[in-house]
Amino acid sequence: MIPGFRNERPRTELPAASRRDVLRGGLLAGAGLLIGFTLPARGPAPAVAATAAAGDAVMPNAFVRIAPDNTVTVLIKHLEMGQGVTTGLTTILAEELDADWAQMRAEHAPVDTAKYANLLFGIQGTGGSTAVANSWEQLRKAGASARAMLVAAAAERWKVPASEITVSKGVVSHAASNRSARFGELAEAAAKQTPPTDLKLKDQGAFTLIGQRLPRLDSVAKTTGRAQFGMDVALPDALVAVVARPTRFGATVASFDATAAKAVPGVVDVVAIPQGVAVLAKGMWAATRGREALTVRWDESKAETRSSDAILAEYRKLAATPGAVADKAGDAAAALAGAAKVLTAEFDFPYLAHAPMEPLNCTVKLAPDGMEIWTGCQFQTVDQANAARVAGLKPEQVRIHTLYAGGSFGRRATTNSDFIVEAVAIAKATGGKAPVKLIWTREDDVRGGYYRPMYHHALSAGLDAAGNLVGWRHRIVGQSILTGTPFEAMMVKDGVDATSVEGANNLPYAIPNRSVELHTVKSPVPVLWWRSVGSTHTAFAVETFLDELAHAAGKDPVAFRRAMLAGEPRHRAVLDLVAEKAGWGTPLPQGRARGVALHESFHSFVAQVAEVSLDKDGRVRVDRVVCAVDCGVPVNPDVIRAQMEGGIGFGLGAIMAEQVTLTEGRVDQSNFHDYTPLRIDRMPTVEVHIVPSTAAPTGVGEPGVPPVGPAVANAVFALTGRRVRALPFAKELSV
Amino acid sequence: MSVTFELNGRNVSLDVDPDMPLLWAIRESAGLTGTKFGCGAALCGACTVHVDGEPTRSCSVPVGAVAGQRVTTVEGLETGGNKAAKAVQAAWQALDVVQCGYCQSGQIMSATALLSAKPRPTDADIDEAMSGNLCRCATYVRIRAAIHDAARRMEA
Ligand code: FES
Ligand code: FES
Repeated sequence: MIPGFRNERPRTELPAASRRDVLRGGLLAGAGLLIGFTLPARGPAPAVAATAAAGDAVMPNAFVRIAPDNTVTVLIKHLEMGQGVTTGLTTILAEELDADWAQMRAEHAPVDTAKYANLLFGIQGTGGSTAVANSWEQLRKAGASARAMLVAAAAERWKVPASEITVSKGVVSHAASNRSARFGELAEAAAKQTPPTDLKLKDQGAFTLIGQRLPRLDSVAKTTGRAQFGMDVALPDALVAVVARPTRFGATVASFDATAAKAVPGVVDVVAIPQGVAVLAKGMWAATRGREALTVRWDESKAETRSSDAILAEYRKLAATPGAVADKAGDAAAALAGAAKVLTAEFDFPYLAHAPMEPLNCTVKLAPDGMEIWTGCQFQTVDQANAARVAGLKPEQVRIHTLYAGGSFGRRATTNSDFIVEAVAIAKATGGKAPVKLIWTREDDVRGGYYRPMYHHALSAGLDAAGNLVGWRHRIVGQSILTGTPFEAMMVKDGVDATSVEGANNLPYAIPNRSVELHTVKSPVPVLWWRSVGSTHTAFAVETFLDELAHAAGKDPVAFRRAMLAGEPRHRAVLDLVAEKAGWGTPLPQGRARGVALHESFHSFVAQVAEVSLDKDGRVRVDRVVCAVDCGVPVNPDVIRAQMEGGIGFGLGAIMAEQVTLTEGRVDQSNFHDYTPLRIDRMPTVEVHIVPSTAAPTGVGEPGVPPVGPAVANAVFALTGRRVRALPFAKELSV
Repeated sequence: MSVTFELNGRNVSLDVDPDMPLLWAIRESAGLTGTKFGCGAALCGACTVHVDGEPTRSCSVPVGAVAGQRVTTVEGLETGGNKAAKAVQAAWQALDVVQCGYCQSGQIMSATALLSAKPRPTDADIDEAMSGNLCRCATYVRIRAAIHDAARRMEA
């Protein structure tokens, strides 16, 4: 017998008790509200500061601390949100240090942009699958430098030439005199050495940790309940705050009556903040009950009042007209006019919520001369500046403690630091009299905006008489993620937001005549990058349309793509590998079909083959996904595999059944009964094959996501003859 | 008002409103934060605990309803002498199931309950017992493998 959950509910219904809580949602977050800091120009940050400050004797440089007990702690400048970055970055440093994996530890670095900037962003921040890519050289050098200092310390102590000293698995040895010492014994002396200026990094053939399966550093803490997430911070006397936000994006508080809320036992205070009305209480239960008792009138004069269907109808009209040019080659119009066969297709993509498993939260302790913040945040430099501005402090007076994040998928990388600034505003409004722990409920999260934008795509393509793809026109309509943010100058050029068109304006396929165009529309609905950003929609449109074209040309979908990839060996290699491993072209059991998709994102190359069938109820079932990935040197193969598995499940949930819709401006969904990520019973088996490579490593957090949707859609076509072009599938198919 | 129950083998008396969900009593009053808040509506499983051995969504049970009963949270698994729990945690670590980790206390509580009731679960059993536990990182491939691995560890 399977144990029944004593209080399990059908997962398609919301219990009555929660319905009250759902009444308030939505978030006003005018992007202009809090921004104003200047983003440093893109470029490398200062070199690693090899400081051995007084009293900091076991810190050979900014990235590593060696303790007398022989543990080695790597300071992780990126946020661990599940992607395995603590393990990955520690591996890189430990490799050049010649440490023993068992002695390695990791902890989040403090905010210090000079030391810990993302070298690809110029600010301290995590995103774009850049953590390993930007840290690769930096941490190898930091490890090699610390190793050289340990060797120098041993040479001095033993009075032997440094060149005769070897290091292996955390032990420094001099064979001729039969002496050895562990790192911990040498740490203090090592920190006093001058960091070497010319570092020799290992040849890749000499790697002993990189490329191996190493246990994740966070596994034990996360399987025993000991891992500390932002949600777990409990400062003495802290008050829990929840915020009543408008139900329509762009609305503001007109007036409120807190009488009934204040009468709820445990409620301590009710304050207005720019984002809504905050209820502070001794504990979450009292805070949410207080919020239920609150009456707020909203000024909706500037609010979004359209339904998502109405917005989409406007997108469709726009798609009939030329847009801003995002990519152009040859003469697409002429090629289409002269083609033997022309195909067209239109696609709709809904708003999507990130819905990280840990609802957003932030703890703030405000004092007149400084502020401490505890949270899981992706953009420390930005968050520090935004928090300081709201509190009326200088950025250096703001200390951020970065904790494990229970997922993010981009949600914790808002350029206005929305949830952090909200917590600071509450702390300020209450005069800093008690620490504030802001908690969003799941309903707040699903209804809170910062969605993957809704998009409409319109494509036309022409084949010549031999079935070659000769013309391609791709129009995209949707909101810009970056316009009006500090990233605009860097990433929006000539009216084209790079995040709206990535994956569409850099096709690897040799198509002689192309026109990729963008219409950017405005709405008060806050939008944001969502795991794999533009590729969440461009890959689907491109890769399913290519499949249609292959069929129209009477060609095999793998061969059709392959023929257009002559100049792209890495794309071709993952496509070949996935085809081989999936048995492409071999017969499948009755009732099963395959689909393929290929996509590069964040400089990693991923191809996937999905196998689908219909279950006994006629629902689409994805049985198996085979995945080939080339991400350069595979630093932690098992973490790469995990990210591909997770990315496939995450992407599959979205294309199957996730959507945020608006009715007269109000979000229809509220919790996991109607915003429905994938569950275990719909997870396919996944096989991951990693291409061996010596190229510099690139990211894996996002690139597993884009191909799964189109691979499944192409398999569904092969099985049923139906092309699904409006997502999620649940709108048209039984899933 | 106070509510008395057994929490991880110890009697606790918490000074709380009996209508408060067990989840918040455990997290805020008893200070055990391994049990997570994910949805507050019995939809995600992040808050799963055992009440008298049965997996229970603590966000949707008033603390008053467990008066006099035995509540086990993830923090109580290691010391509770539960053979299935030990196997589950070992398997979870050996296979590196976790990613962000936020759902995993709940996954482990559900998997432990499953294996306690059914030491050799099939894939269909796993789907049935575990589909109330969302994992937004979609670690499902490894959750399934780890449950089978834990079953083998229990036999050994
Ligand atoms: S928090 Fe209890 S089931 Fe989600
Ligand atoms: S590990 Fe992140 S939600 Fe499950």
